[in-house]
Amino acid sequence: MFAVEIPYWQLTILKTVIVLSIIPAAAVVLGYVFLLKMMAHMQSRMGPMEPGGFHGWFQLIGDGIKFIQKEDIIPGEADRRVFAMAPLVVLISTFLLYVVVPAGPRLVVQNLDVGIFYALAVSSLGVIGVLMAGWASANKFALLGSLRAAGQLIAYELPLVLAVVGVVIQANTMSLQGIVHAQADGAIFGLSWFGNPFILTQLVGFGIFLAAAQAELTQTPFDMPVAESELVAGYMTEYSGFRFLFFFMAEFGTAFALSAIAATLYFGGWYQPFFKTGIMADVMGPVVLGAKIMLIAFLIFWIRFTFPRFREDQLQAFAWKFLIPLSLINIMATAVFKVVL
Amino acid sequence: MLAETMVAQNVVFGILAVTMVAAAFRLVTTQNVVRAALFLAIVLAGAAGLYILLAAEFVAWVQVLVYIGAVVVLLLFGVMLTRAPIGRDADLDNDQRILGALVALFLLGSLGAVLLDGFGDQKLGTVAIRRTAEVSDSIFGAYVIPFEVSSVLLLAALVGAVALARRD
Repeated sequence: MFAVEIPYWQLTILKTVIVLSIIPAAAVVLGYVFLLKMMAHMQSRMGPMEPGGFHGWFQLIGDGIKFIQKEDIIPGEADRRVFAMAPLVVLISTFLLYVVVPAGPRLVVQNLDVGIFYALAVSSLGVIGVLMAGWASANKFALLGSLRAAGQLIAYELPLVLAVVGVVIQANTMSLQGIVHAQADGAIFGLSWFGNPFILTQLVGFGIFLAAAQAELTQTPFDMPVAESELVAGYMTEYSGFRFLFFFMAEFGTAFALSAIAATLYFGGWYQPFFKTGIMADVMGPVVLGAKIMLIAFLIFWIRFTFPRFREDQLQAFAWKFLIPLSLINIMATAVFKVVL
Repeated sequence: MLAETMVAQNVVFGILAVTMVAAAFRLVTTQNVVRAALFLAIVLAGAAGLYILLAAEFVAWVQVLVYIGAVVVLLLFGVMLTRAPIGRDADLDNDQRILGALVALFLLGSLGAVLLDGFGDQKLGTVAIRRTAEVSDSIFGAYVIPFEVSSVLLLAALVGAVALARRD
């Protein structure tokens, strides 16, 4: 066992640096693997092949360097301060999501007792950044895009929260670490070797969570806020350079974080059946969690590259008339089984 | 050890209080309605910070989810849908400043007097973190009737809103 005692403030700085470096890394990994390569292969293309030598792995890093070098353009009519702050608000919301996601028995920034509730609360902060961006741009496309985004994010926040309630009822806790342990120690049909990943009992909840996450991330088929054929690029229209880079990183960083939360809620997070405790669980944890994240991110991007865009009213009807009633039924069914079994 | 944590709490409280008062002041003096809503978000976030200082984690994140994530967003949404010019807007001031200041002073005085009278120089001591399970136990145990009454009230408001908004 490690017997290294690190002072609290050094530990805090270490954790902050790790989380801050996860977001760009997640953006590069998801962007390269899915946005560049998987979409290319689904469309019978090769995607980037030259940068970096091996299958164009350097493409997104090069793009990032290009974005940082660009001039910082702020429209003349814009509200300069709000315009400049908006990407930061979105990025901070993404950053805060990573605080509660456990990557091993001890690898967690802070195992909050309110865990999943905290994650849902901070993920709702991003909407304010989107509204700020759209309004401060002094551009009608940007304003329309941000209003669409706000309406969509509010509508899909509800099924997201309600889908999670099913898991919380089953696990008896809101702490993400507690939810992982509930799955690791659980048994289904008397089988306890691989625990009881909640995907087996909460399949409906997982479906609702995935659909709502897709909408929260404004990925196709729910990408009306940035519908390029109607609104140029929605709330991001006036952004360029490193501010656009912030939005890009926040989008893919949030996709990674929501995949990690879905993996923790429904697939047992860092848990694998071979090493339950001890140092090996901590070493294997990030690898196992990473694999589960990539699986869920694959689902998200597979849907994104497959389906055409919804209409705005279809999007709202889907949330209010289908997902929310379904998630309420899911909660009731889960509660009944919890009491009966 | 105890003295140290209390000092740290006091320092954080000071920072939060200064931020909240400054943001609240800008909220009423700013000449732009969207900026005012954004300052409101800062004030509400400061209140969430105060709840965390008092070890009421669950309430703090409810504050973030409901007030910042929903109320301020709805406010911004409504303002932007109707009329939200960028820059200064002279119409935002009205001539009731003195009345407003009087009400604020009265509120400050009465709340301060109640707090001083109720707690005086009583020491809070260390505050233990209330676990979420305890919060829900007390909501669905000791306070179940107020909880049910407030949910009936909310349901009535919901039905009323639907009745007002439907077209036929």
